[in-house]
Amino acid sequence: MDILNSLFTNLYDWLAATIHSLLAGLGLTKDAESAIVAAIMGLIVVTVILLWMVLMVLILIWLERKNAARVQDRVGPNRVGPWGLLQPVADTVKMFIKEDIIPTNADKLVHTLAPIVTMAPAVLAFAVIPWGKGMFPADLNIGVLWVVAVGSIGTLGIFMAGYGSNNKFSLLGGMRGVAQAVSYEIPQVLTIVTIVLMTGTMSLVKIVESQGGWGGLQWYIFAFPVGPIAFVVFYLSSLAEVNRTPFDIPEGESEIVAGHHTEYSGMKWGLFYLAEYFNFFLVCCLGAILFFGGWQGPGFLPGYVWFILKVYFLIWVGMWIRMTWPRFRVDQLMGFAWKVLVPIALLNILLAGLRFDLFSLLRMMGLIS
Amino acid sequence: MTADLFLINVAFYVVGAIALVGALIAVTAQNILRAALGLIVSFIGVAGVYFVLEAEFLGVVQILIYVGAIAVLILFAVMLTRGLMRGTGSAYNTQWMGAAFIALILFLLLGVVALGTRWNVVPRQVGDDVIPQIGTELMTTYLLPFEARSLLLLAVLVGAIVIARE
Repeated sequence: MDILNSLFTNLYDWLAATIHSLLAGLGLTKDAESAIVAAIMGLIVVTVILLWMVLMVLILIWLERKNAARVQDRVGPNRVGPWGLLQPVADTVKMFIKEDIIPTNADKLVHTLAPIVTMAPAVLAFAVIPWGKGMFPADLNIGVLWVVAVGSIGTLGIFMAGYGSNNKFSLLGGMRGVAQAVSYEIPQVLTIVTIVLMTGTMSLVKIVESQGGWGGLQWYIFAFPVGPIAFVVFYLSSLAEVNRTPFDIPEGESEIVAGHHTEYSGMKWGLFYLAEYFNFFLVCCLGAILFFGGWQGPGFLPGYVWFILKVYFLIWVGMWIRMTWPRFRVDQLMGFAWKVLVPIALLNILLAGLRFDLFSLLRMMGLIS
Repeated sequence: MTADLFLINVAFYVVGAIALVGALIAVTAQNILRAALGLIVSFIGVAGVYFVLEAEFLGVVQILIYVGAIAVLILFAVMLTRGLMRGTGSAYNTQWMGAAFIALILFLLLGVVALGTRWNVVPRQVGDDVIPQIGTELMTTYLLPFEARSLLLLAVLVGAIVIARE
C-alpha cells in the first residue's frame, strides 16, 4: 500500500533526479542547474494536470449525458464507442470544425477575450488542489483564498461575453450571471470561513492533513452540527456559483435563448463549456477537501483514489440535482441566497466560533487530541 | 546580481508594466466599459506587484476585493446606464489639462516623499503564518480603526438600502 500511495511522488522524484543527472555533464553552476530542473518539472506537472483535467471533463460530459438519460428513462449516447464512451470525443471534433462567427456590431476585442477570461481562472485555481498525499502543485498558505479570489475573476468573463456580443439576450444573461455570482459568493466564502475557523489554517494541504484522525475518517462533515450545515450551504451556493441547473438562470433557454453565450459558436463556445465543467469539478474538489477529508480515508485504498471517489460522488449528486429540479425564478434565486443561505452561514460561523461542534466537544472531554 | 534577484527584477517590471498599461487604457479609452476593463487589468497588475514582493495575502485580497467585488460592481453600474451599446463619445473634455496638471503635482509630491524618506531596508523576518498575526493585530493594536471602519461600512449599507427603497 505504501508503494501505491507514494507512486506518483516517487515518479516525480525519479524524473527530477534523471533530469539532474542529464544536466550534470553540461558544467552549469549549481544554482542554474536546480533552477532549470525546477522549471522543467513545473512544466511537466502543469501539462500533466491540464491533460488530466481535460480527460476528466470528457468523462464528466459522458456521465452527464448518461445520467440525464437514466433519469429521463432513455438510453443516452450509445453509438460512438462502447456504451457511447467516445461521444465526447466526437463532440469535441464537431466543435473544432465549426465556423467561428463574430457578430458585425459586436465589440470584437471584448467578444474574443471573454472565453479566455472565463477559462484562465478555472485552470489557475487547480494550482493549489492536493490530489493525494504529497501530490500538490503548490502549497500556498492562503490556498483557500486563492481558489476563491481566482474564481471571482471568472465572473468578469461572463460579463464581457454578455456585453461584447451586442445582443439583448446576451446582455440580460450577463447581468443575471454577475448578480448571481456576486450573491452566491458570499454564503460560499462564509462556509469556507467556518472550516478555516475550525482548522486554523487556509492551506488546503494542512486542512486535509487535519482530518486524518479516526483511521482517516475524522472529516468535517461529521463535526455535528457545524460541519453538515456548512456543507449543505457550501454545496448549494457552489452549484449556483457555477451556474448549474436549478440555478442556471443566466442561460435559461426558455427566457433568454442561451444567455451570455448566445452569440458564440465553435471552439469559443467550447471554451465556455469547458470552463463550466472545470469549475464544476473544482467546487466538487473543494467540497471533498473541506468536508470529506480530501485524500484521507481508510487504508485499503491509496489516497488519490479516495479523493477521486469523493469528488465523483459530489459530482454525481450535482447531476442528480440538475436532472430532478426545475429552474428557479430570478427573484426566488436572489431571495434564496440573501434570506436563507447567508443568515444560516452567519449563524454557523457563530456556532463554530463558540466551539459548539462534536470535535471540539470530544476534544474538551479529552477523547481526541 | 544573482539569478534570483534578476528574475525578481524582471517580474517586477513586467507586472508594473501591466498595471501601467491598464491604467492608461482606463483613462484614454473612448468606451466607458473598456475603460472599466482597463482598470481591472491595472488592479491585476498591482496584485502581481504584491506577489513579486512576497506579500501573497495582500495580493490575493487585492484580487478578491478589487477585481472580484469592486470592479464587478463598477461594471454592473455601467451596465445600468443608458446608451451602453453605442459609443459614449470622447473621453477627453475641456478640463483634461487641469486634471493632468493636478495629477502631475500629486505624482511629484508622491515622488518627493518616496525618494526623500529613509526607508527601513533591514528585512524584518516574517514567519510562515502571517495571517494569524494579521488577525491578532487587527483585534488588539488596530481594534479601534478596524471597528470604526466596520461601523462606517454598516452605515453606508443602511444608507444604500434606504435610498434604494425611496
